[in-house]
Amino acid sequence: MNILVLLKQVPDTTEMQIDKEKGTLIREGVPTITNPDDLAGLEMALRLKEKTGAKVTCITMGPPQAKNMLRELFAMGADDGILISDRAFAGADTWATSNTLAAFIKQIPYDLIIAGRQAIDGDTAQVGPQTAEKLGIPQITYVDDVIEFSDKKIVVKKALENTYEVLECELPCVITTLSTIAKPRYMRVRGISHAFERDIRTVGFDDLNIDPSIIGLKGSPTKVKKTFTKEVHQNLDVLHLDGKASARKVAEILLDMNFIGK
Amino acid sequence: MKFDLSEKQAMMKKLFREFAINEVEPIAADVDEEERFPEETVKKMAEIGMMGIPFESKYGGSDGDTLSYVIAVEELSKACGTTGVILSAHTSLACNPIYTYGTEEQKQKYLIPLTRGEKLGAFGLTEPNAGTDAATQQTVAVPEGDFYRINGTKIFITNGGYADTYVIFAMTDKSKGNRGISCFILESDMEGFSIGKTEHKLGIKGSSTTELIFKDIMVPKENLLGPIGKGFRIAMETLDGGRIGIAAQALGIAQGSLDQAIKYVKERKQFGKPLSAFQNTQFTIADLQTKIDAARLLVYRAAYMKDKKYNFATEAAMAKLFASEVAMEVTTKSIQLHGGYGYTRDYPVERMFRDAKITEIYEGTSEVQKMVIASSVLR
Repeated sequence: MNILVLLKQVPDTTEMQIDKEKGTLIREGVPTITNPDDLAGLEMALRLKEKTGAKVTCITMGPPQAKNMLRELFAMGADDGILISDRAFAGADTWATSNTLAAFIKQIPYDLIIAGRQAIDGDTAQVGPQTAEKLGIPQITYVDDVIEFSDKKIVVKKALENTYEVLECELPCVITTLSTIAKPRYMRVRGISHAFERDIRTVGFDDLNIDPSIIGLKGSPTKVKKTFTKEVHQNLDVLHLDGKASARKVAEILLDMNFIGK
Repeated sequence: MKFDLSEKQAMMKKLFREFAINEVEPIAADVDEEERFPEETVKKMAEIGMMGIPFESKYGGSDGDTLSYVIAVEELSKACGTTGVILSAHTSLACNPIYTYGTEEQKQKYLIPLTRGEKLGAFGLTEPNAGTDAATQQTVAVPEGDFYRINGTKIFITNGGYADTYVIFAMTDKSKGNRGISCFILESDMEGFSIGKTEHKLGIKGSSTTELIFKDIMVPKENLLGPIGKGFRIAMETLDGGRIGIAAQALGIAQGSLDQAIKYVKERKQFGKPLSAFQNTQFTIADLQTKIDAARLLVYRAAYMKDKKYNFATEAAMAKLFASEVAMEVTTKSIQLHGGYGYTRDYPVERMFRDAKITEIYEGTSEVQKMVIASSVLR
């Protein structure tokens, strides 16, 4: 069994600043971390590995310094790490990124692909689902728990706004994970001692059979015109009801939101 | 000459820092207040491989180096001096002599469970009448068939009562003085082994410091560590390494305390501006950080020399002498920078100040370090 985990190195947004003129994130000099949803996805993968003996391969697309992140993932227990990196891939939006990821993944064996729900820098939540589309396999997003995992199928708990769905899916498939799915483990000291002896395969444009017009900045249909912080408007309904009617109203709302059952 | 950590060491530091912030700092005040040995932290350290950092994986270790181990003690001690010394005594004083002087059988039997963190280690040299004058050992080991019969008392034993494996020293030939001392590995469940008085201390209150009582313990001869009569040398060489660990603890306490003071002076306002805007504050902090950095260079140098297998006894003594005195100065001034609040238990600098003092005393007082340094310099 092969589990692929898609991860992204992102700026630590607790220290993030925005270039007000360009409307882009200032990435220079900001420390990087592994995207939290992705790291939780890796933890889930490692737990599935402990149960089933599956091989866990981490895949990231990014600049060469993302190798350091892969070494940290080795120290946590990942079996293999692949860096997809080439100037030709730079500046990709989610569409071009998923084209690139899918082109690579088609070359290797996989049973389950785990991606974090969304990255804290772009917040699009698109790369996981788009990769599934381009591979032509099913996907389940917002996964908060894995209930069952075998070589044929996976059963997961998917979180919706006020409720959960339990879904079963044949393998191979893509799941995207919430950061709450599993608390990432610490690196192991011995893992760090050996993380730098490990090979990291770097995949470039020449390694992929891909149309250059659908990758990188040129292949990205998204153009950022402006970024801004949304103002928060709260819609408050004020109702004046007597005791019984207000209780009925509250019950109705809670029922509607699935907090209580009939 | 290089002053950078290797990528590997930097990653270790990141791990130890995260661990200290998430697992150690949140309970540090309670561990102190309740004088409670943080067993749960030891278990968590074992899980990630911190109980055997500088030993080879064939002996259950983590294949790291002394510098990585020193960084671990430093990072733990930034948050909690108690946790720092638990790791230091275990690694430097118990694992290290077994690793260095042990037979293959002893390593298999005793070192592996220690480095894996399944067992905790301790070291017993000091006696009521043998402190700095460690050669005046009154504990005796008398050969009897395949055993040694050991009788005596040890005091001030770090990890006492919680440790399973004890590296201890006893006289095998009183007529030979220093050369009549031998080293043994004892187990806490041996008949005749008991824990006496538990000390109530000024600082590092969560660290267990106890008396060990040996009453007719029959220790198998295969538990003799190193050659007969070489115990004193083993003790001194072990303490050379231990001093790097204590120096790292002092360094961590100093930096942890200054970090608290820096945070405080940026927040606290008097006369309409933060304390950090006053030049007196700025100069104090500049002085203290400079001294801490100097201490760090000494501590890291000693660790580096040990890794390189150079003679490091003098450098370890310098590191401990300087780092422990810096820790006292920094924690004292950190309280001063906090004013009255710093004297209360609402702020961690009060605890750090109490924790710092012991680093000038144990594993060789500052005076002993000066003896070691002078004897090398004046040679």
